[in-house]
Amino acid sequence: MSLAREVFIAGVGQVPVGEHWGLGLRDLGARALRAALADAGLGTIDALCVGNMLGGSLNGQENVATLVADAAGLRHAEAWKVEAACASGAAAVRSAVLAVAAGAHERVAAVGLEKMTDGPPDVVASGLATASDQDYEASHGLSFVALAALLMRRYLHETGKARQDFAPFALEAHRNAATNEHAMFREPITAEQFARSPLVAPPIALLDAAPICDGAAAVIVCSREALRPGERAVRVAASAAATDTIDLASREDVLVLGGAAVSARRAFEAARCGPADVDFFEAHDAFTIMTALSVEACGFAARGRALDLAAEGAFSRGGRWPLSTFGGLKARGHPVGASGAYQIVEAALQLRGQAGPNQVPGARRGLTQSIGGHGSVIVTHLLEA
Amino acid sequence: MKPVHPVGILGFGAYVPRLRLAGADIAAVWKTAGGAPPPVAEKAVAGADEDVVTMSIEASRTALARARVGAGQVGALWVGTASKPYAIKPAASMVAEALGLTPRLVAADVEFGCKSGSDAMQAALAFVGSGMVEAALAVGMDVAPSRPGDALEYTAAAGGAAFVFGAAERVEGGAVALVEASLSYVTDTPDFFRRDGAAHPRHGGRFGGEPAYFAHTLAASRALLEELGARPADFAHAVFHQPFPKFVEKAGRDLGFTPAQLRAGLVAPRLGNAYAGSSLLGLAAVLDVAAPGERIFLCSYGSGAGSDAFALRATGALPERRSGPTVAQYLDRARRVAGYGEYLKLSGGVRR
Repeated sequence: MSLAREVFIAGVGQVPVGEHWGLGLRDLGARALRAALADAGLGTIDALCVGNMLGGSLNGQENVATLVADAAGLRHAEAWKVEAACASGAAAVRSAVLAVAAGAHERVAAVGLEKMTDGPPDVVASGLATASDQDYEASHGLSFVALAALLMRRYLHETGKARQDFAPFALEAHRNAATNEHAMFREPITAEQFARSPLVAPPIALLDAAPICDGAAAVIVCSREALRPGERAVRVAASAAATDTIDLASREDVLVLGGAAVSARRAFEAARCGPADVDFFEAHDAFTIMTALSVEACGFAARGRALDLAAEGAFSRGGRWPLSTFGGLKARGHPVGASGAYQIVEAALQLRGQAGPNQVPGARRGLTQSIGGHGSVIVTHLLEA
Repeated sequence: MKPVHPVGILGFGAYVPRLRLAGADIAAVWKTAGGAPPPVAEKAVAGADEDVVTMSIEASRTALARARVGAGQVGALWVGTASKPYAIKPAASMVAEALGLTPRLVAADVEFGCKSGSDAMQAALAFVGSGMVEAALAVGMDVAPSRPGDALEYTAAAGGAAFVFGAAERVEGGAVALVEASLSYVTDTPDFFRRDGAAHPRHGGRFGGEPAYFAHTLAASRALLEELGARPADFAHAVFHQPFPKFVEKAGRDLGFTPAQLRAGLVAPRLGNAYAGSSLLGLAAVLDVAAPGERIFLCSYGSGAGSDAFALRATGALPERRSGPTVAQYLDRARRVAGYGEYLKLSGGVRR
């Protein structure tokens, strides 16, 4: 999946993730976009792609790209929405990348956007369930979290591990979020809190799962010609996507995220490198089980070995492959359609050396992977400084 | 806000039903094992022969006896409630008749969610303070509605209190507590509501927290403290609306009140959230134990939304005017309902 011409990141912007009682879809999207435009030194832009999952089902709003373009004052800009469940934000970035690579535009903005707090939890749950298979999963009462719980239960059964062995992922995420001013949760958590966390869908407990929240993040991608003179911009070394069966029951091996593996392999091939060359990994840590399966799918750990490596500190700050460097979906937050864009914003900040207290020292290459459904659609990016 | 003439509370009385439903019984029916524990261990529920009218009469009888006022002196009665038995026909007229206050009085019901009772207090305070009546009765009482299986079912409870307001100096025995000032803060915030004809109320989940309860409670409280030129430490007691004990603790912390100041007025852990009766029961519980001279801070909250804040000062007359059932006695007088099924029968969830 190589690009016809090089694509760079010209600007990034984000809104703090949280419960924004006073901000709607249009406000969130416009704020993130304006922040990215300012970062890129741009007053306006001609093309915008918005990634959003729940606008229609939760906010009564489709045509979300037009909404954001209008709210941001982009006069007559081209704007379109992409949806790939929880990977919508990353899919929007990929769409923008393809548009620039194809020469359709010199600069395209991608905005990941989600407003989840306008409805009660049961309505949000129904919305999230639309990522799974309606006919064979959702309509039978399998909620999104219940499906993840099945994966976690099977994983524990096959590996002989305990729920507590997943703690490092959550602890590390919260530790990193504490110094991220855009993160929803700013307090570290302890192993004891993780152990005592109330169950949501056994064995998944509250502290295994990312929160319901609002947010928006924007990435402006551009051609080499459109870079500012002398600018050392982060380069999109690879942008790759893949799907898998939409329902879990049809998977070849339910504990292998085959689509994630293919997506990652395509990205590594395009960037001509491998897991060993990556300095950090923004994984889709919506549930601790997804973190474990993601690192295995991308080749950072062998099947069933993620927790062993986590226990050794491989994925902690200062470890071989730091995860969730700004808190991840777990602690920075997971406004579903926006998360994929947040990952790329954070990776870009790392590679620019602008991560502040969260800086991975000497970061040159970062991998971001956004997963929709339970591994049914995956968008992977590899960025280079 | 201060009335033209000084006003005080002449008497106060509480009522809490005897029956309790255990949170564990609700959890056994609705929740999976291992979920978060219920916010309160048990809540007070109305028996088959209890409703806002009967409970208001009981509480008012205690208040009138303590107030040492005759029926003829009470010129106004407001019943603040979100669960009046009739959509059209006031609980106040039935209560007034039972108390022998009719026919020469102003009587009506007041509704503003959980601050219906404190709104009744504002009205009583104003009628007395303007000189229009000698004494006025304000009641906050609810048999709080909730949707079966909803998170708020764990706390929606029954109970409340009544306060007789009178001119501070004119009535025999004087006031047991003086009203220093009051203030109200209201916006249109739809955090919790029940549409006319709907069986159960609806609410906005976490929207009921920061933009609703805390925004109004903190704004009204800070405004009253500023108006008085007072600091939290000036008060011996602080009472807030009590949807969950945690909300009270946080409101207290955010404003600068200590847990010790909140203790006497925090009744929710023993009975749940009595809605319009909640903060008024807290105030009654404080008056049960307050010492002369102690200042008392009260700030209610009602969904919709708004807060009423009051600053009061206990007088030397208070210790002698506390005969009759105390809030603690009502809380201790408890009998567990035999499970969720009996609760459904009592609350009208299932009918013959």
